[in-house]
Amino acid sequence: MVETGHFALVLAFALSLVQMTVPLFGARLGNQRLMAVGGPVTVAGFVLTALSFAALASAYASSDFSVASVWENSHSLQPLIYKLTGTWGNHEGSMLLWVLILTFFGALVAAFGSNLPATLRANVLAVQGAIGAAFFLFILLTSNPFVRLNPAPIEGRDLNPVLQDLGLAVHPPLLYLGYVGFSICFSFSVAALIEGRIDASWARWVRPWTLLAWMFLTGGIAMGSYWAYYELGWGGFWFWDPVENASFMPWLAGTALLHSAIVMEKRSALKIWTLLLAILTFSLSLLGTFLVRSGVLTSVHAFASDPTRGVFILGILTLFIGGSLALFALRASRLTAGGLFHPISREGALVLNNLFLTTATATVLVGTLYPLALEALTGDKISVGAPFFDLTFGPLMLPLLVLVPFGPLLAWKRGDVFAVAQRLMAAFAIALTAMLVTGLFIDGASVFAALGIGLAVWLVAGALTDLAVKSGVGSVAPAIMFRRFAGLPRSVFGTALAHLGLGLTLLGIVATLSFGTEKILSMRAGDTVELSGHRLRFVGLYPAQGPNYSEDRGRFELIGASGSPVGEISSAKRFFPVRQTMTTESGIKTLGFSQLYISLGDAGKDGSVVVRLWWKPLVTLIWGGGLVMMAGAAMSLMDRRLRVGAPSRRRKQALASAGLP
Amino acid sequence: MSLRRSLASILLLLALLFAGTAMAVKPDEMLADPVLEARARALSEGLRCMVCQNQSIDESDADLARDLRILVRQRLVAGDTDQQVMDYVVSRYGEFVLLKPRLDLRNALLWGTPVLLLLVGGIFIVLSARSRRNLATKSLSAEEQASLDAILRRD
Repeated sequence: MVETGHFALVLAFALSLVQMTVPLFGARLGNQRLMAVGGPVTVAGFVLTALSFAALASAYASSDFSVASVWENSHSLQPLIYKLTGTWGNHEGSMLLWVLILTFFGALVAAFGSNLPATLRANVLAVQGAIGAAFFLFILLTSNPFVRLNPAPIEGRDLNPVLQDLGLAVHPPLLYLGYVGFSICFSFSVAALIEGRIDASWARWVRPWTLLAWMFLTGGIAMGSYWAYYELGWGGFWFWDPVENASFMPWLAGTALLHSAIVMEKRSALKIWTLLLAILTFSLSLLGTFLVRSGVLTSVHAFASDPTRGVFILGILTLFIGGSLALFALRASRLTAGGLFHPISREGALVLNNLFLTTATATVLVGTLYPLALEALTGDKISVGAPFFDLTFGPLMLPLLVLVPFGPLLAWKRGDVFAVAQRLMAAFAIALTAMLVTGLFIDGASVFAALGIGLAVWLVAGALTDLAVKSGVGSVAPAIMFRRFAGLPRSVFGTALAHLGLGLTLLGIVATLSFGTEKILSMRAGDTVELSGHRLRFVGLYPAQGPNYSEDRGRFELIGASGSPVGEISSAKRFFPVRQTMTTESGIKTLGFSQLYISLGDAGKDGSVVVRLWWKPLVTLIWGGGLVMMAGAAMSLMDRRLRVGAPSRRRKQALASAGLP
Repeated sequence: MSLRRSLASILLLLALLFAGTAMAVKPDEMLADPVLEARARALSEGLRCMVCQNQSIDESDADLARDLRILVRQRLVAGDTDQQVMDYVVSRYGEFVLLKPRLDLRNALLWGTPVLLLLVGGIFIVLSARSRRNLATKSLSAEEQASLDAILRRD
């Protein structure tokens, strides 16, 4: 089975070589037969990659330690779910997942792209094939997951304990679906540059793909943040770590792309910019892959000491980013600029959105790469951490977030900013009230807290105003209003939901940072402690045995107003003998949207245990807001006009009903 | 080998950084004076744990981070201002410990990028909007206008 997987992977590589050349020449020569090769080859490549992935997964499931990667990252005592998720909990397997998703998306274009112009489709598949070929080669030459060991070891070395969590089942696949989803936008852009023209079907295809990739990336980042929050045991949800930044940059650029693609689809303006943004977004995904995979983040020296993988990915990076940008420089002038618009209009607002988001992306990029560049060039070592990003990224987001509610209410082409401001008066009043109430009536509220809460409420109220205005609240009779509301396009709901989710996330962040409390103390069994009005009693420390670990579980009781326990929280310290690693399992109790968070520290000789407690008000909104954003994207994807092929079907029906052939 | 591979993956990287007991500030380190302790915590958040990846000494449980936390508190108790504490730590460990790089010539590009990009982007947008408006208003030349008037008059 393992050799079958290996063989399938080599075959998939060979097919990707065909995929990247034959359709391209076909499109160049106008040869229908050559172009038609693209579809079946792409689908076959996906099937083979899936077979290869299944082979690796089955090796993990059956703990086949004759496979080097299984031996290094699995253990026979692990629960089956972690054996399976361990397939991508390591470098080799995760790269295989990467190409699996890449070929899957390629196959989707091949299967459902029959309404695309033949040459465009052929070129898109060829570019997808080129990306695939580069990564297949990378896997086969430097990161082969199918390498065998002889003699086969009896037992594996266990999956890293921190990864033995359900988060590993969800986070990487979602993240990769997002990263790799943007490859489709990239391929469409490069194909458009090869052809030297962009037509209507281009925008109709790119926008839903952007939405889809953005939705997955949002989920991947939110999930990763929550995972880090509960697994790492110190209650942080975002660390501005280079690895996080690597996923955040494509998200920011993708968000900009999402918005500029709307302008392009609706008004066929900003064509060239949208195309460039699509290239940049996927380039940042590739850069993220490079940063994380090459080891360059640990230190420039670690990268230099074992450069095979790093240099290979750097080569891929240079080829695709450099190549696509060079093609852009050569061909962009051929593309015609689109529709005109007044600066004060929906288009204008979206241009501003793009300005701020692109600058924010560049800020994160420079902050992430600057220490590396400085060390490589001068040998000086500096650190760029959270305080830097708070000071630069924060102020950039402020004007953008203030402007968000205006965007959807402005008219296309030429808008009336005063009329919009008038419609937003109620939302503004609510936000101002929230700000004043926070500032005046909550103890210890800073200016930052008041402004932040006000801004979050402004976003939420603004999103609701958008829906209210578009369904005619206050200007038409209730019955008509409900009918209008129900009849609003799904994309309008999508926009409102996404902006509302953004407001909720901001609310969670500001509330947690401003009003969260913390206590660090030594506790013995029977001690009680109070934190922000919640009383907790430490019941005691209890040893227990898991399948591949032993643990000391500290149990706590939440004491109600009457003095009797109303709930239990437990936090544990686990020891994994195979890896000789300790982990902390945090104890979390969700109360409303807020959480009590307990993390167990070292046990003292006198029977006391160090305990760290947090009260995190509204913290779940941070990730809840992410889910609402995803729902917004999903809603927008269900919009009729975005369902690929819908326009042509409708036209056919119209023709049929008019009695025409 | 396994260490390098671990470092190579997003998740394994996280794992490696945060493996072990995640318990940073311990009760025995904390100062009795809540004001001084709060200042110590705030300063700690801006200082990097030298042996960790992008972790502040406030978050890290490495021994070196603990030493640095105790050092910061000693200086505070001795009566240093926040700035003096930071300067002292930098003089001993170098600028690498600062999570917020200093605003000097060497870091000009780092701090300048957001401002510069916002300015350049903003100017570009304004200019292109203006040229487009000129384009729009100029779309009808004098001759075209004359012929249009002629056509309209004919009716």
